[in-house]
Amino acid sequence: MNKLKSWSKIALSAATPLLAFPGLAMAEGAGAPDLRAGWDELWHELMIDIWVIGIIFALITLYLLIKYRRRRHDEEGSAPRLSKLASFGWVFVPAFLFMADDIFLAAKNFELWNKMREVPEGAYEIKVEGFMWGFDITHPGGATATNELRVPEGTPVKASLSSRDVVHSFFLPDYRVKWDMVPGMNTYLWFNSGAPGEHVMTCAEYCGTMHSGMYGKVIVMPKAEFDKWVKENAPAPEKHS
Amino acid sequence: MSTQALLEPSDTAEVAAVKQRFSLKEWIFTTDHKRVAVLYMIGAFAAFFVAGLMAMLMRTELASLGPTVTADPSTYNTWLYFHGAAMILGYQIPALTGFFANYYVPLMIGAKDVAFPRVNALSVWLFWMGIILALLTFVIPDPPDIMWTGYPPYSILTGGNTAFYTFTVLLMGFSSIAGGVNFLTTIIYMRAPGVTWGKMNMFIWCTLAAFIIQIIFVPVLGSAVTMLTFDKYLGTSFFNPAAGGSPLIYENLFWFYSHPAVYVIFLPAIGLIYEIIATFARNRIFNYKKIVYYGVMGVVGLGGIVWAHHLYVAGIPNWMILIHVFMTLIISVPVGLLMIGLLGTLYKGSIHYATPMLYAAGFLFLFLIGGLTGIPNAMSSIYIHLTDTYWMPGHFHYVMAISMTTAIIGGTYYVFPKMTGRMYNETLGRIGFILFFVGVNITFMFTMIMGVKGMPRRYYDYQQFPEIEWMQQIATVGSYIIFLGALVVLISWLHGAFYGRKVGRNPWGSRSLEWTHAPSPPPPGNYGDGVKLPDDWNPYGYGK
Repeated sequence: MNKLKSWSKIALSAATPLLAFPGLAMAEGAGAPDLRAGWDELWHELMIDIWVIGIIFALITLYLLIKYRRRRHDEEGSAPRLSKLASFGWVFVPAFLFMADDIFLAAKNFELWNKMREVPEGAYEIKVEGFMWGFDITHPGGATATNELRVPEGTPVKASLSSRDVVHSFFLPDYRVKWDMVPGMNTYLWFNSGAPGEHVMTCAEYCGTMHSGMYGKVIVMPKAEFDKWVKENAPAPEKHS
Repeated sequence: MSTQALLEPSDTAEVAAVKQRFSLKEWIFTTDHKRVAVLYMIGAFAAFFVAGLMAMLMRTELASLGPTVTADPSTYNTWLYFHGAAMILGYQIPALTGFFANYYVPLMIGAKDVAFPRVNALSVWLFWMGIILALLTFVIPDPPDIMWTGYPPYSILTGGNTAFYTFTVLLMGFSSIAGGVNFLTTIIYMRAPGVTWGKMNMFIWCTLAAFIIQIIFVPVLGSAVTMLTFDKYLGTSFFNPAAGGSPLIYENLFWFYSHPAVYVIFLPAIGLIYEIIATFARNRIFNYKKIVYYGVMGVVGLGGIVWAHHLYVAGIPNWMILIHVFMTLIISVPVGLLMIGLLGTLYKGSIHYATPMLYAAGFLFLFLIGGLTGIPNAMSSIYIHLTDTYWMPGHFHYVMAISMTTAIIGGTYYVFPKMTGRMYNETLGRIGFILFFVGVNITFMFTMIMGVKGMPRRYYDYQQFPEIEWMQQIATVGSYIIFLGALVVLISWLHGAFYGRKVGRNPWGSRSLEWTHAPSPPPPGNYGDGVKLPDDWNPYGYGK
C-alpha cells in the first residue's frame, strides 16, 4: 500500500508540470474566499484520489494479464466457485468502498460549490450581456465596454449574465469559473479579481459561426486607475430640453 | 509458442456450408438476421469512416493558429456537427445494437432468427435511410451547423438546415425502437430449451438492458427534436425565448435521452468484452449473477437519473444539482462492479493473446482512464471550470468513443471467423491494435490537458490561447496514427474476408453456443433442427 502511494506520488509529480497552471498572485479581496485557490486545491486532492485508484486498478489488471497467460494450448481456466457469502462480499465491499469515496467527494464538492454560488457582500456588480459574437459590459456608473471587462484589484466581482440572442457561456479560465448566458433568463457568477493584470474571457457554449472568435479580456486595474477610468467613461448626464 | 498451436484444430469439413451467388436484391430484401447484421455493419463502419475523415480534417485545421485547411468557420462547424452526430447515432449505437445484436442474439440463445424478421428488415432500412440523409449534409446548401446537441435558440435561428438533423434523429430513433421491441421479444421468448435466464451470455443480458433503456428514452429525444423543428419551421415557441419558450426545457429533454444513450452504447460494448475475455481466458464469468443483478441492472436503474450533470452551469435549480451530484457519483458503483467482474474473469484464467483479446486488454486500461476522469465531471464545483473545455471531449472520447471502439473492433475480429468462415491475418491485426492504442492515448491525453488549461471545445481557432499550439500539434499527430491504425484494421478485414485461411466452427475453443453448435458461417435458420443442450451446459462452462 505504501509502495503504491509513493508510486502515485512519483507519477503525480511527473504529471504536475503538465497539469499545473502558470502561477498568478491573487490578493485576498475584502475577506472573500479565493475560488481559484479553492478549485486548484480540490483539483489536486481529486487528482491524488484518481491516480491512487487508477494505479491500483492498473497494476492489478497488468498482473492478471501477465500472470495468467496461456502456457499450454489445451489449458483451461480454473476460477474458484464463489460461496454465497463471498459472492455478496464481492458486491457490497467494493460498493461500500466506492460509496465512501463518493460521499467524501460530494461533501468536498459542496463546500466549494457553496462558496462559488454565494456572492460575498460588497461585491462590485457588473452586467455582462452575450451576443453573437461578443460580450457587452455595463458598469454600475453607466460606463460601457465591449469585450473588455475592467475591474478593480482585490475585489469580489459579481457578473450578472444575460444573452441577447442564443445560449452563450461566460468563461474566465484563470478564475476557474463559468456560467451559461441564457436568453430570457438572468444568471450570475462571481470571482475575486486579485492582483492587477490581464486574463482571458471567452465563450464556452457553441453559439454559431464565430463561436471561437467570441472572446475578450478581463483587465484588473489598480484601484485609483480604475476609479479614474470609470469616471472618464461614465455617460454624460442627459440634457433636459 | 505460435498462435496456431494454441488454437483448437479446425474442423474444415463443415465450412462448405452454403455457397450462393451474390444477389443485390436478396441482400436488400433479406430477413435473415445475419445478413441484416452485415447491412448494419457496412452502414455503421461507413459512418465511422466518413466521420473519422471529418476528425482528420478538424485536427489538421487545429494544428496551427489561424486558417489551415479552410478559412470558413462554418465549414469546420459542419464537420464537427457531422462527426458528433454520425459517430454516435450512425456508428456506435447501430454497430452495437444493430450489427452485434443482430448477429449474436439469435445465435447465442439458440434461435433460428429474431422474433419479427420483417420488422428487423424495416429497422435496417430506416437505419440506411438515416445514414443517407446524414451523408446528404455534404451535398445540400446550408448544411446543419448546430452540433449533435442542437441547442436552441441557435438551432432555431441558424440559416443551417436543422430539419436534416431532426429527420436523421427520427429515422435512427424509429429504427432503434423497432429493433428494441424485436430483440426484447426474441430474448424473452425464443431461447432454446436449456438456455435459461441464469445461463444467458453476458452480451445477451447487456443487450436486453440496453434496449430497455433505448425504448424508455428514445421517444423523449424524438419529441424534443420534433418540437425543435416545429419552432423553426412552423412558428411554435416551445424553446424560443423570444416568444416565451425556454431553451432549458430542450437541454433537459435532450440530456434525459442522451445521457442514458451513453449506457446504451456502454452496456453491449462491455458485454462484448465479457464474451471476448471469457473465451480467450477460457474462464467462468466472475460472480455472474451478482454482476448481472447489481452491475448491469444497476446501470439501468441509475442511468436515467443522472442527466443533469450536463447542465450544472446551464441555469438549473440548486436542488437538482444536489441530487444529480450524488447520483452521478453513485453510478461508479455498478460500473465498478462490471469492471471487477472483468478482472475476476481473468483470475486463474488461461489467457491467449489473439487480436480480439488485445483489444479487450486495451479496453481495460482505456475504460479505466475514461471512468476515472469522469469523477471530476460529477463534482459541480470542479465541473464549473472543466465543462465545455477540451477536458470533456478528452474524457468522453476515452470513456465512450475509444473504449467502445476497442469493443466494436475487437468484437468484429472476434466474430470474424464465424461470419466469414475465414481467419484474418494476425500480424496485421496486431499492428492495427498497436497503432490505434498508441494514437488514441497521444491524442486524448493532450486533449484533456489542454482542457484543464482552459481551451474551450468546438473552437475553429484559438487566438486567445496561443500557448497551447504545440499540444494541438501533438494531438494532431496522434490522430494521424489512429487513422493509420484504422486503415490497417480495414485492410486486415478485407484481406481476411477474401484470402484468409479457412477455419472450422470453433477456432477460438469457446463454449458458447454460436461457436460450438453452428458452422462458420451459419446457414439461414442457424441450427437446422434446433439445439439440444445437456443439463450441465453453460456458455462459460470451462475448467470442469
